[in-house]
Amino acid sequence: MNPAPALNATGSADLDLIARRLRLKLIEMSHAAGTPHLGSALSCVDILVAAYWNILKIDSARPQDPLRDRFILSKGHAASALYATLAERHFFPAAWLDNFAKHHSPLAEQPAPNCAPGVELATGSLGHGLPVGLGMALAGRIQKQDYRVFVVMSDGECNEGSVWEAALFAPAQKLENVAIVIDYNKWQATGRSNEVMNLPSLRDKFAAFGWSASEVDGHDISALTAAMENVPNGSGRPVAIVAHTVKGRGVSFMQDDNNWHYRVPTADEVLASKKELNLA
Amino acid sequence: MRNAFAKQITALAQQDPRVVMMAGDIGNRLFDNLKAKCPDRFFNCGVAEANMIGMAAGMAMSGLRPFCYTITPFITYRCLEQIRVDVCYHHVPVVIVGTGSGLSYASLGATHHSCEEMGMLRLLPGLAVLAPADEMEVRGALKAALQYPHPVYIRIGKKGEPVVHKTEPNFIIGKALPLRDGTDVCLLGTGTMLPVVLETADLLAKAGISAKVVSFPCIKPLDKELLSEVFNKFKCVATVEEHSVLGGLGGSIAEWLTASRAPGRLLRFGTPDEFLHDTCEQEEAREHYGLTAPAMAERIKSEMAV
Repeated sequence: MNPAPALNATGSADLDLIARRLRLKLIEMSHAAGTPHLGSALSCVDILVAAYWNILKIDSARPQDPLRDRFILSKGHAASALYATLAERHFFPAAWLDNFAKHHSPLAEQPAPNCAPGVELATGSLGHGLPVGLGMALAGRIQKQDYRVFVVMSDGECNEGSVWEAALFAPAQKLENVAIVIDYNKWQATGRSNEVMNLPSLRDKFAAFGWSASEVDGHDISALTAAMENVPNGSGRPVAIVAHTVKGRGVSFMQDDNNWHYRVPTADEVLASKKELNLA
Repeated sequence: MRNAFAKQITALAQQDPRVVMMAGDIGNRLFDNLKAKCPDRFFNCGVAEANMIGMAAGMAMSGLRPFCYTITPFITYRCLEQIRVDVCYHHVPVVIVGTGSGLSYASLGATHHSCEEMGMLRLLPGLAVLAPADEMEVRGALKAALQYPHPVYIRIGKKGEPVVHKTEPNFIIGKALPLRDGTDVCLLGTGTMLPVVLETADLLAKAGISAKVVSFPCIKPLDKELLSEVFNKFKCVATVEEHSVLGGLGGSIAEWLTASRAPGRLLRFGTPDEFLHDTCEQEEAREHYGLTAPAMAERIKSEMAV
């Protein structure tokens, strides 16, 4: 991976390049490790870029700072995207990515507790990130610390009852230092998420539950940044951002093809992806 | 016991600003004092146990010491995966308190019984499993849990249980509490069965059998030192619990015993591998399962005669 840009790089051209480089890295990691869930990882890259370059108050030199913003990738199957992002932001050496999912690597297919600096939670079982995130947010309120908590979930994850328990609880507590971003790529493991469960409209559902809910193009880093930058937003309500995304985003032969929930790219497909991402 | 729990947790919350009380829509008025003293550290989490446990883990990760409280089956079976992943896998100091354990709520039916939960929770790596016997042990267990840097599960009864200890015992997680010396048989009682165990020892004494009685509130970690002592000294050691004979105190000691070279025989009193379908109160449920002093004394006498 090329050297990271300056910490305050927010120009959309810079961030677009970063997002493309991260996508290629994920494709290379999947190929090298033989790991699935590439489509899921590619769909949330722009959300991670907006969060880690434009939103989060974090310092890679002090990953345990009690006052840091918390970021939880609740859709743990997309962990490669989180790892590549954290490496790009200097939380750990980029060389760690070369051993992703290999024996004794700190970076397993889905993150273990305290596996690497910057990883806040072991995820992989869906529906855990939001309740734990609410606990972190409540702890901030109790201890009079004004950090925020951002939780990224998948649309398939919204099948889990625990998500809706948490969705009912947070507004009752007027917990406004929490935001969720739903990576709404319209697929879950084996089917269209809108057909498996009655998901539409996610925005209306969260609004009805008492959240400050909005919808955004989940591949528009500027729009994502605008949606995430005002947390808390003064409404006294937690923030829900439904990000419309495309599974496998960035590579024509992966986009919106759910086979890439499990498929692993061949060497030729890695090369083809590199060309498509204009990184060849 | 639950009143003792409420009083003790209120005292701990006042002493320690890290203590947070989370209730699953239970304990009407029980926590009024705590709410008045520490209004920002009491949460009625509603009837949503999975979210409650997840939130407790998030709080513990952020430096707080949450105590979660609701009726035992709902705070154990219902949210087992949250306990496993959020609390135990991350190994954070959350204290989970189940009330109305065992057959306390016998009359409400098997939805409200918990005769399997210690067996389930005992398998989770790093989780201590405690069953205090009376309100004195409840106080000690809560204090010990707050000092313990690991996750803890505590099962308690309801209210009005007999008090065994005259004063608060020195409750150490992993240590049993010997109550009465004896020479012929050793009775290990856990949780609210302890008063019945003492009654059983009285009946045995009348029949000329001298029973050592030990309160055994820590199902995990086991007090292996005491087990080694009693299984080497006594021909027969009995475990008594308001829990299945599988997986709880008796089950756990059976596992320990197969790996030890101790000669003592283990006799397990508890509930069988079935749901209780009869309509009954706690006392009647205990009778149904032979968990009364006369029934246990008879079984021990015949065992001793072999």
